[in-house]
Amino acid sequence: MPESAFVEIKNAAKSFGTLQVLKDINLTVDRGQIVAIIGPSGSGKSTLLRAINELDPLSSGEVWLEGVQINRKLPPRQYEAHVNQVRQDIGMVFQHFNLFPHLTVRGNITLAPRMLKGLSEAAANKLAEEQLTKVGLLEKIDEYPSRLSGGQKQRVAIARALAMKPKVMLFDEATSALDPELVEEVNMVMKQLAEEHMTMIIVTHEMDFAASVCDRVLFMDQGVVVEEGPPSVIFQNPAEERTRNFLRKHLARNGG
Amino acid sequence: MGLDFSVVPSYFGVLLMGMGWTIAITIGAGLLSFFGGIIFAVTALYGHWVIRLPMRLFAWLFMGTPLLLQLFLIYFGLIQVGIDLPAFVAGVIGLGLHFAVYNSELIQASILAVDKGQYEGARTLGLSRGQTVRRIIIPQAVRAVIPPMGNNMIALLKDSALVSVIGVMELTLAAQQSISRTYRPFEFYLAAAFCYYIINLALEAGLRRVERRIAASR
Repeated sequence: MPESAFVEIKNAAKSFGTLQVLKDINLTVDRGQIVAIIGPSGSGKSTLLRAINELDPLSSGEVWLEGVQINRKLPPRQYEAHVNQVRQDIGMVFQHFNLFPHLTVRGNITLAPRMLKGLSEAAANKLAEEQLTKVGLLEKIDEYPSRLSGGQKQRVAIARALAMKPKVMLFDEATSALDPELVEEVNMVMKQLAEEHMTMIIVTHEMDFAASVCDRVLFMDQGVVVEEGPPSVIFQNPAEERTRNFLRKHLARNGG
Repeated sequence: MGLDFSVVPSYFGVLLMGMGWTIAITIGAGLLSFFGGIIFAVTALYGHWVIRLPMRLFAWLFMGTPLLLQLFLIYFGLIQVGIDLPAFVAGVIGLGLHFAVYNSELIQASILAVDKGQYEGARTLGLSRGQTVRRIIIPQAVRAVIPPMGNNMIALLKDSALVSVIGVMELTLAAQQSISRTYRPFEFYLAAAFCYYIINLALEAGLRRVERRIAASR
């Protein structure tokens, strides 16, 4: 693979039974690049994202991260160990946060570093404080998730993912479940990550955010990448009729 | 012959001892049923079929037959194969395993009800299946199951009276022995009932405390 390719997806295909949700998708993301994946629901964009860390393994094709194949075909035991290892390098943020309700914010952030990286309690606490400072929630360190707003939960979820020092961050509609007034605080954190040159792949319905933060935009429909390019082209001057249709409908629905 | 509670105080010590044994059995069997219930539930859901199959048989045995029979089997039956358990231990094991099977049913349902996103969230961080089940799924399932499991604990307390038949001097047997000396069944059974009521109040208060403490972390 080319030197600059950091995340690379080759000939990715996936079927659920007879339903083909991904059809021969190729995607290369360079280190520090920020790629948005947009498209109607059911277009396969979340499935593609979830294939990157083997939550929804591909039927065929390859996923690589920094020269390591994520979806290696291995005997079950070795596969488990391999996946557990590579997932530590891939942060993921979900639409519904998936914070652990039985642990405090601190517990949520320190669990994986302590269990998987053998950090001492003191070191893990320091790490949690750093990451929470970054997302502006240090004062919530001893709260349980049930005491946080949606926006705060998502910021904690981002801090939790960052605490593993991932090489790439995946965002699966990170702001879709939030009340409109809470979206901005999460977007701010993501923008900050972008400024720090974190490699990010973002599945989103927020075109303004994608346009302002991302280097590249992929438009997916019915399991294929219809069109990709810099946001200025995709949003202002798309080549494909399907892209134009999607954006027009989206704008009509969301009032700009 | 009218009711005469004046004889009860002189047997106060006997009843108090009985209460002590009842509490000890309830705590012992309660702990066994709690941890046993978790182990049974995890085995039933994630175990290899080689373990799962005998477990199913075991669960059927403990759910489908009378507790009294189970106590006889453990106390008198096991002697025949050379396992001579003290009555108290046999009682704790019998009651504990019996209720462990019921708790296991509750915990299994509760494990299956934990949101799939919790599993994905943990696996995404790099936790293995086992780590995720132990650290993320089970703690949440157990928290959710505390209120219904509390009902099982109260049932366990009441069923601990059955252990009197294998000769543990718990509250019911203590009352019976007092009756055999005084011929005052009504007074002593009522006194025993009152004692069960007191233990029950304490148990319920304890359960409420636990529920309050876990409320924030759900």
